[in-house]
Amino acid sequence: MILVCILILLMAGGFLSWIVGRWRAVAAKWVALVAVVAAFVILVVFWGMHSPTADLTTAGVWLAAYHIKWIPQLGIGFHLGMDGLSLIMGVLTLFLGAVSILGDWRAGYTHPGFYYFNFLWLLAGILGVFFALDLILLYFFWEVMLVPMYFILIGWGHENKRYAGTKFFLFTQLSGLLMLIAILGLYFIHGRNTGTYTFDYEALLGTSLSAKTGFWLMCGFLVAFVVKLPIVPFHSWLPDAYTQSPNSGTVILAALMSKTGAYGILRFVLPLFPEAARSFGFWGMLLGVVGILYGAKMAYAQSDLKRLIAFSSLSHMGFIMVGIFSFQALAYQGVVMQMVAHALSIAGLFLLSEAIYARTHTFDLDKMGRFWEQMPRMGGMTVVLVMASVGLPGLANFIAEFLVLAGAWQTHVILCVLASVGLIASVIYSLVILQKVFHERAATGVRVRDFSPRELLVSGLIVAAIVWLGFFPQPVFRATQPAITHIVSTVNTPEK
Amino acid sequence: MTVYHLIWLIPTLPLAAFLILAVFGGSRKVAALLGTVPVGLSALLVIWTAVTYLSVPPAGHGFSEVLWTWFTIGNFSPAIALYLDPLSLVFLFVITFVGFFILLYSTEFMAKEEGFSRFFAYMNLFVFSMLVLVLAKDMLLLYLGWEGVGLSSFLLIGFWYKDAQDAGQNAYAARKAFLVTRIGDTALILGLFLLLQDFGTLDIPHILQAAPGTWQPGSSRAVWATILLLGGAVGKSAQLPLQTWLPDAMAGPSPVSALIHAATMVTAGVYLLARTHVLFSLAPVVQLIVAIIGAATLVIAAFSALAQKDIKRVLAYSTMSQIGYMFLALGVGAWSAAVFHFMIHAFFKALLFLGAGAVILAMDHEHNMFKMGGLRKKMPLVFWTFLFGAGALAALPLVTAGFFSKDPILWFAMASVKGSFWLWLAAFVAALATSVYTFRMVFVTFFGRQQKEVHYRPGIRIRIPLVVLGVLSLIAGWIQMPASFGHFTPFSDFMETLLPPAVMAGVPAGLEGWLEIATAVIALLGVYLAWQFYVKTPVAVYRFKQTTVGARIYRFLAAGWGFDTLYRVLIVQPVVWLARVDKRDFTDRIYEGVGMLNLWLGRLFGRAQNGRLRGYAFGIVLGAVIVMTLILFL
Amino acid sequence: MSAVPLHMGLLLAGILFLLGLVGVLTRRNVLFMLMSIEIMVNAAGLAFVVGASRWMQADGQVMFLFILAMAAAEVSVGLALIVQMHRQHKSVDINVLERLRD
Repeated sequence: MILVCILILLMAGGFLSWIVGRWRAVAAKWVALVAVVAAFVILVVFWGMHSPTADLTTAGVWLAAYHIKWIPQLGIGFHLGMDGLSLIMGVLTLFLGAVSILGDWRAGYTHPGFYYFNFLWLLAGILGVFFALDLILLYFFWEVMLVPMYFILIGWGHENKRYAGTKFFLFTQLSGLLMLIAILGLYFIHGRNTGTYTFDYEALLGTSLSAKTGFWLMCGFLVAFVVKLPIVPFHSWLPDAYTQSPNSGTVILAALMSKTGAYGILRFVLPLFPEAARSFGFWGMLLGVVGILYGAKMAYAQSDLKRLIAFSSLSHMGFIMVGIFSFQALAYQGVVMQMVAHALSIAGLFLLSEAIYARTHTFDLDKMGRFWEQMPRMGGMTVVLVMASVGLPGLANFIAEFLVLAGAWQTHVILCVLASVGLIASVIYSLVILQKVFHERAATGVRVRDFSPRELLVSGLIVAAIVWLGFFPQPVFRATQPAITHIVSTVNTPEK
Repeated sequence: MTVYHLIWLIPTLPLAAFLILAVFGGSRKVAALLGTVPVGLSALLVIWTAVTYLSVPPAGHGFSEVLWTWFTIGNFSPAIALYLDPLSLVFLFVITFVGFFILLYSTEFMAKEEGFSRFFAYMNLFVFSMLVLVLAKDMLLLYLGWEGVGLSSFLLIGFWYKDAQDAGQNAYAARKAFLVTRIGDTALILGLFLLLQDFGTLDIPHILQAAPGTWQPGSSRAVWATILLLGGAVGKSAQLPLQTWLPDAMAGPSPVSALIHAATMVTAGVYLLARTHVLFSLAPVVQLIVAIIGAATLVIAAFSALAQKDIKRVLAYSTMSQIGYMFLALGVGAWSAAVFHFMIHAFFKALLFLGAGAVILAMDHEHNMFKMGGLRKKMPLVFWTFLFGAGALAALPLVTAGFFSKDPILWFAMASVKGSFWLWLAAFVAALATSVYTFRMVFVTFFGRQQKEVHYRPGIRIRIPLVVLGVLSLIAGWIQMPASFGHFTPFSDFMETLLPPAVMAGVPAGLEGWLEIATAVIALLGVYLAWQFYVKTPVAVYRFKQTTVGARIYRFLAAGWGFDTLYRVLIVQPVVWLARVDKRDFTDRIYEGVGMLNLWLGRLFGRAQNGRLRGYAFGIVLGAVIVMTLILFL
Repeated sequence: MSAVPLHMGLLLAGILFLLGLVGVLTRRNVLFMLMSIEIMVNAAGLAFVVGASRWMQADGQVMFLFILAMAAAEVSVGLALIVQMHRQHKSVDINVLERLRD
């Protein structure tokens, strides 16, 4: 019930914001903020009340579930479920949603009501993906994520928004359609095998598939998630979509929507197609390594701040691929932590870039320099965020990357070493953010003011979260451990 | 409740200082107090702990305390835990004691600088990280300290981000330091993965205990693990092949160079190798490599120092060289000798840097020694303390601590089972070079004709640290006297409760005495040569530099034997080219190509829609014919 | 009256149809195109009549009546359109009508 409540809260909040926004613009922001914070509080309280300790060895045990029949003739049910993994993802989504609304406060959007409507529906779509346990429902929420994001992009983006929006839409839609085909394939095969035609996730687990069919169906799913993550070579939409989005749009896009891709692989690809996933293991890790290194190289080459951060995001997501396809329990916890840590740090960096844009009206690095003088507070926050990108111990990202690589080492040493080169590469591009903007040559005659209290709060929340998780990551691990153990055991037990 | 239970305060006090200074800033007075007092308190705590440890050593191998478990995943649960034993105690003492005096010095040195509180914040962050590094019981926590010192070093090298001229250079030096050490750090972390895989834990005492049982001596696992650990060590300690960052790091303020790039951070590698000595004993090949790297670095760096003009760069190469000595000692199994030299080196090198800082201040931020001169009359205290430090560096016999710390290393290089004549020879030749460049520096800076007016008199806060360190540079050696002097060895006795003594090969008796005499002679010879070439007849050097051969040699040495150029050509330029050539992302071309194809096809087919009725009619007819044909014939 | 063989009649109809088709496709004057279309229509009608004669059914003849009526209607509409076209473009060249394009 709680799951439906949260989704409805967000969707209704969106509508309300739209309506209220026509009457008074300020109110729209407040409505949106209240809706998201309320949902966040509900989820956190729920987390506090439940400590998931049940060890899962058989079917999933959900902390909260909601299952009603929707279109029984076609086997489609409205099935939502949340375990530790989706709980953490949900909390993260709502936290960053609230933080980015705060970060946006002075952004001055035209038609704010409609903007926040899209924004809240976007959040609802993301949460829906995290909670969906019926494949058609998953596809439904996948599309619900896509459409508002497209509107946000073309409605409120920067100069090149149409190009970016179209590109983003085409990539995501096409890959989503391939996933739909795979869903249908699975549906029919399962139906033919067992006689029941259903789209329900739990029922479809354990469908026996021939190696070849399993592989192709897995690829169908994988394409959608791999475009979302994204993974080289399907990443082309990323730099344009990330850079052209408005402030909070980029945060949600980079921090949260990319995690739906990772979540999708963990929740759907691995348990539904374990043998196929195992056979793909080396290629998955290789794609991850390529993403890490290529993303780093591209990041270093950029002279546009936001584009640089976008490519750094691409590079960090490569670690997730490496971790997932190493099939080591150690790496999987690393993947979870990377999902959280990367979301936080990339959100921080993008909010920072937009704060700079608000002051200088440019993202061009060559027009920036020696801002530390005038903005020491922003500089200080940047140091922490840059160090998170670099993977400094004491911050959450280090734990994530360490665990991922430690697991990868046990599967494939050479690929692990190559991925670790990414640790060196991350220094090169990350320091550019700090040094070109805050140190080095002065941008001539640019007057910038330092962080306002609101901005300090926004980045402070993120930085605090990163540092806190860097030293006390156990709550996240404890919450996700049953889910992860279950996934690992599915993928590691050889099936007939 | 013993003092051991207060150990956690030792790193926490500087951490608190950092947090307060970083978040709240503060006036100069507050920052000066906050910057120095906590570290001072930590130093007192360390001394108290040391006294307790020496009188009543804790049961077992050392004292450990778990603060909290960092995280738990399956069987892997690294803990935030502290471990105290002789090795960490020595390092703790040096870090806090020398650190305190350097911070005291900084309150005057940085008095006129902007960003005063920022400076002390970073310095305290550094001290905290370094203390965590040496107190860590778990390798993961050690790595936290390891990276923390790297971060602080980066922030402090680039501290002066504003000078219009230097801005690009300081940032570059900071970046270079971070990047080069990162390469080493990555090797280290790969080593951690291997250790984790083989031992299931990163707890140091546990690994050291389990290693002989898990690994056969000389097994490939041991070799790989130690090579990776060595990779980390050479990065942080500026040894071959990752040594190029240290000379450029002199862009930071002199106290930074004193603390980070002389006394502490660069010795982290020495600490790491000493701490994991059991693993290196299981991989003799790698231990030999350690010795060779040490020997090679000490020679290369010593000769490079001969050609430097910037007083701080001389000291930088000197540090590189002296750490080479420590690595050499580690490589031949003389663990406690390495640690002893570390301690003594920290004293005299910090002293030299602080002295150089005072000179630079007096010379209006001039670094070039050859633009100085005759300062011994104008800055007597600085001169005499600098002289003590220089003597220790050159290992002047008997009167300086340096003699008592460097001499054993030479002895062990020759006489240890893992040593060899060639290692000794390298160290011996470099010792001559050391003495020459050291006193070249002294004579050029403090003797001769004064070229610039001195308007600066160092205050008490600069003089006290110089005096303290100066005295230590002379007398601290007396706690470790070699056999010929009565074999008074409290230091190594203390260390050998933890670190095994060096295994000696059979050498003729009395050789030790002869080698000592040789070392002493060489040190004095160096002084004489420096006197000859830089005071009596400096024109000889000048003429030599004018010859083509001389000029080339000089340039080669001054550039650190060309490593920078080598790396720039082999690595930096290809990477930059690679980045630039694909700036627009070639994969994008594929998708753009698809888009272009669509547009082109669209335009192509669009030509059919030209509004011409006859064309349409023709199309209809053609279509009808085709369909009919198909129906009739298929 | 001697019967005309079926295939001859159809052949004539076919040739007329082809002539009309070619006329439509190649002539530029709209009036001539219209006339050619008429020829095509009549050729089709001829085919119907020949067939009806062959199978002794009245249907073919009836069909021809329909065709005639339709042709008349179509021609009148067509001529009206041509008059409009002439009024607008001052020409009866079919190539001036090319606004319906990309």
